[in-house]
Amino acid sequence: MTLLQPSEFSTKIRSPDQPLLRVEDLTRRYGPRIGCAEVSFDLYPGEVLGIVGESGSGKSTLLSCLAGHQRPDLGRIAYDGRDVLAMTETERRRLSRTDWAYVHQNPRDGLRMGVSAGGNVGERLMAVGARHYGDIRAKAVDWLGRVEIAADRVDDRPTAFSGGMQQRLQIARNLVTGPRLVFMDEPTGGLDVSVQARLLDLLRGLVRDLGLSVIIVTHDLAVVRLLAHRLMVMKSGRVVEQGLTDQVLDDPQHAYTQLLVSSVLQV
Amino acid sequence: MTDQHYTFAYLDEQTKRMIRRAILKGIAVPGYQVPFASREMPMPYGWGTGGVQVTAACLTPEDRLKVIDQGADDTTNAVSIRKFFARTAGVATTERTTEATVIQTRHRIPETPLRAGQILVYQVPIPEPLRFLEPRETETRKMHELEEYGLTHVKLYEDIARHGQIATAYAYPVKVEGRYVMDPSPIPKFDNPKLSGSPAIQLFGAGREQRIYALPPWTQVESLDFDDHPFQASKAPHDCDLCGAAHSYLDEVITDDRGGRMFVCSDTDFCAGRRAKGHVGRLGEPA
Repeated sequence: MTLLQPSEFSTKIRSPDQPLLRVEDLTRRYGPRIGCAEVSFDLYPGEVLGIVGESGSGKSTLLSCLAGHQRPDLGRIAYDGRDVLAMTETERRRLSRTDWAYVHQNPRDGLRMGVSAGGNVGERLMAVGARHYGDIRAKAVDWLGRVEIAADRVDDRPTAFSGGMQQRLQIARNLVTGPRLVFMDEPTGGLDVSVQARLLDLLRGLVRDLGLSVIIVTHDLAVVRLLAHRLMVMKSGRVVEQGLTDQVLDDPQHAYTQLLVSSVLQV
Repeated sequence: MTDQHYTFAYLDEQTKRMIRRAILKGIAVPGYQVPFASREMPMPYGWGTGGVQVTAACLTPEDRLKVIDQGADDTTNAVSIRKFFARTAGVATTERTTEATVIQTRHRIPETPLRAGQILVYQVPIPEPLRFLEPRETETRKMHELEEYGLTHVKLYEDIARHGQIATAYAYPVKVEGRYVMDPSPIPKFDNPKLSGSPAIQLFGAGREQRIYALPPWTQVESLDFDDHPFQASKAPHDCDLCGAAHSYLDEVITDDRGGRMFVCSDTDFCAGRRAKGHVGRLGEPA
């Protein structure tokens, strides 16, 4: 099966009735211990799914299985009707460079710190075959503008950027090839609240404008309240509750969710 | 100990056999880095242990060996390696590119065009062209396997962003027959066009990193570039001050502490050959 070129994405008709990502009974064990177990869900185009839970609840394991960084022991993942686990590695890596994006919690994991901001944004373009310096640079400047980084910073290295700017740069670098599905692992972790708020605002705008489907893993309930349409609550590797975000947060059914919601400090 | 205690060309026959296998595999898959069990050689790493092992595996008693270091036949490295093989293999040696059947080189390709039947052996310090961009060996192997070479262009992009042009002047990455990206060893990019379509066999040996790779004759080798910043083989914008050559790669020699300098051919055999034919440069004296 051939993969689409990035330019073809916009012309392809996206059917909102078909799930973009379908996950069935996904299980990943670490020896006798459970990473995550029997997770199933559908993600539709343009939908933002939040995954919350405490540390060690398996949410990061789940995300890395979905993004192809780890291989699940059991279960099925279908992306756009295709079985992800049955793909060759070439296909899967190509998919993760074009159709998918992964935003790391620590921008240092997702950026090349020794390469300028423009080079960071341009890398994905060059990886899919862009060979015109002027075009690559123009696109990099355009994307820096979209994430509110001044155009004259294009040749600075990420080491010269603040934490919030690094995170915005990482987002630009991921979105430049026009992905349809974005994985985010604690995108606001380690940022102070005012920077967090601006980042969330930016993310919300980008998700809406580009019609992205997003899976966002976090332990910050405020982040999912703002961004996510639907919410999954995980504990000990299993999903204990899922539903619409407001519904889950305002009327938690499971004891653990109730504990989680009531643990949030009210200012 | 006398010289008779050595096997022909120093290495034992089983080792040479192992190296020849790696060379054959490298020739079968141009540009692919073949691992081999590199031996300790009686010289430090970085002095050409990889090249010496490849040369030892290629030499026959009838061969005539030339060794160059940065183009010169008379520098320490070149003299030592030439003497090493004269002693351990008893082969004839020469400084003439045209007379040699095996040429071991460090960081240059001779100016005189090579011909069919010659073998050019390069000494390689770091065979992995992606190494400074991606430090993990497991990852670079995967990138070669899956032809994920976008990262090499990131390096060139950075050059243009910072210097306004592709500033990489040596070890300039090339793509072999449209497949493997290869480090041509630290030859100046001036020499890159000579890699392509050469009638000679080109072998690359990296002793410390234990890799051999090869370009069989007439292999197409393309230097990576951008559409709007094409590859340019550059050299100092001067003529040779000894022989007057306009199109050879030049070394800059500081001659005093008042800014005096001269440019001379880095290929000593080429320069001497031209002077013997009567060419005289700006500072040269008629032969």
